[in-house]
Amino acid sequence: MNWTWFHRLGSPPHAYRLAQRLTPWFAWPAAILCLLALYGGLVLAPPDYQQGEGFRMIYVHAPTAWMSLMVYTTMALAAAVALIWRIKVAHAAAAACAPIGASFTFAALVTGSLYGEPMWGTWWEWDPRLTSELILLFLYLGYMGLRAAIEDPQRADRTSAVLAVVGVVNVPIIHYSVSWWNSLHQAPTVMRFGKPHMSPAMLWPLLVMLIGFTLLFAALLLVRLRAEILARERNAAWIREELGA
Amino acid sequence: MPELQHAALGAPDAAVAGSAAPRAAVTLLAAARLVLQRDLTLAFRRRAQLVQPLAFFVIVTMLFPLAISPELARLREVAAGVLWVAALLASLLALEFLFRDDAHDGTLEQYVLSGQPLTALMFAKTAAHWLLTGLPLAVMAPLAALSLGAPPAALPGIVVSLVIGTIALSLIGSIGAALTLGIRRSGVLLALLTLPLSLPVLIFGARASELAILGDPIVAPLELLGALAVLGITLAPLASAAAVRISLE
Amino acid sequence: MSDPCLQAENLHLWRGERHVLRGVSFALSRGVCLHVAGANGAGKTSLLRTACGLLPAESGRLSWDGRDVQEDLAGFQGALIYIGHEPPLKADLSALENLRYWIGMRRRVSPAALASALQRVSAAAWSERPARTLSAGQKRRVALAALSLALVPLWLLDEPTTNLDGEGQQLVGALIEEQLARGGMVLAATHQELPLAPARVRRLELRLA
Repeated sequence: MNWTWFHRLGSPPHAYRLAQRLTPWFAWPAAILCLLALYGGLVLAPPDYQQGEGFRMIYVHAPTAWMSLMVYTTMALAAAVALIWRIKVAHAAAAACAPIGASFTFAALVTGSLYGEPMWGTWWEWDPRLTSELILLFLYLGYMGLRAAIEDPQRADRTSAVLAVVGVVNVPIIHYSVSWWNSLHQAPTVMRFGKPHMSPAMLWPLLVMLIGFTLLFAALLLVRLRAEILARERNAAWIREELGA
Repeated sequence: MPELQHAALGAPDAAVAGSAAPRAAVTLLAAARLVLQRDLTLAFRRRAQLVQPLAFFVIVTMLFPLAISPELARLREVAAGVLWVAALLASLLALEFLFRDDAHDGTLEQYVLSGQPLTALMFAKTAAHWLLTGLPLAVMAPLAALSLGAPPAALPGIVVSLVIGTIALSLIGSIGAALTLGIRRSGVLLALLTLPLSLPVLIFGARASELAILGDPIVAPLELLGALAVLGITLAPLASAAAVRISLE
Repeated sequence: MSDPCLQAENLHLWRGERHVLRGVSFALSRGVCLHVAGANGAGKTSLLRTACGLLPAESGRLSWDGRDVQEDLAGFQGALIYIGHEPPLKADLSALENLRYWIGMRRRVSPAALASALQRVSAAAWSERPARTLSAGQKRRVALAALSLALVPLWLLDEPTTNLDGEGQQLVGALIEEQLARGGMVLAATHQELPLAPARVRRLELRLA
């Protein structure tokens, strides 16, 4: 198998230019799909027979919650690649993931709380998914805190990469233990999110939003990756050429 | 001097110069035992430090009756949670010392360069840490549990759950301690890294103790706790060895 | 001269923004001492730490007996002893205990061997005292005792003569001579001259960026 593409991807100038070229290919579809899904979810979809109009929060809440996990997995994957093959660009990608993932996690918590208020009558419920989401936010904060605390950039990269890998092993364990814990203490009246039976008119905007958010993440990642590469390579000759041109 | 050199060069000492590096004649097990022995010896030279996490554990459990109510019936309801939160915090407190001195005086560097698998040495260090903090906590727990209104019949269950749970906590903590090596004032960051990873241990451990206090069978959460400890034994030393190597770069 | 045993080719090392090692190459054969010289901050310590596999070089190759050290890092590291600026001693352990644990990780040492090694560095009188009470020079002598006990082919010494009195410096020279005579190798970083007959010493000069 020819691995040159893999190593070319690892070269900062190549990755920088590739990210620049790819960004619009993700950003525009993301914007179009998100708008389409918003229209479908807020206007076309019928109100839920139990939850009324309040259920529409799911069109933002579920995709952000999904993204919060996906971004963490991506970050850990990039970190593992960077650790194993010593690829600097992969470290930059992992670093770029963290704030995006933390933002999605935070958004999932806020929308969950907004969603919960009409459903449960409280702003916060120790629902297993919200609890896991909260713990995930702390995992992100720990990752960013560790990265910021280490002065040597190479060591910061490699140490936080170990943490990301440790974290991703723990995410399913945490999720399982929290669900287990919740099943012991759960009050029977609590309303559950994400009903398995949604009518197609309700479902398609959710799926479109999911794809839209994934593309949005890709676009944000590419932009942040470029910023990371610029900051890391600020003294390199190719950057002067790039910006001079 | 030059004569001596030439004379000696004629007969190089094969044991030393042999190109096949003389593999450490010390077995892995013996090396790990030395690490354990050294840490225990050092700890007993500083007994005062040894008692601190224990004293912390007791004083934290003491806060709750003062903050909530002296009624044993009310305390009994939260006793399992209080014991586990106190144990978690006490074991966290001791973590900062796990690698700090070794990193400072160059011992970690020599461990890395010893030619022995670092993972095994990290495991030995974590074992020493558990013997010095986790095990004493579990042994002290009955006193704290009784003062929180737990029935005497619950004590064996509480001790067993703490013995298994603190093994997992020490292992998870060793990762956090290794990751924060070389960071000044790392205490809060260490807590931020370690606590989310420790939550499953807290959940299963507190549940086991709670069931023990209620007089119910505790096998299910104990098994889950045991699974976490086994997972920790297999994976945590790998992660802390990787983090220690990186900290020396 | 026999084939080189430890060989570095074009090592590059970056520490953050600083390009510390810029294409360093050397070859070390049996019975040779390589004196790494250079001003403060020229990268002597970094070179030593790279040469023992503690610091991964960004590019370049480090080989031991013709094989890349990364192939069997633990085996390579088992064949060397590295002594940095500070001898790695535990303050609460005595000189004797320190040696026992330090060298004991690598090979079995008899109490008699320990005693004679301490005797050799004139440490017998204070070998039972906690390292915390020892002077910098005395700690350095304990490290010298470790060198002679380790019986490994490669020594990496960072400023081996600091803090030592005249007699101690002569001792460093004598120990290195013995190591070379046994067919061992020494990589010593110091900005001073080594107390050693120049015949077997090669020099590697590192320049500041």
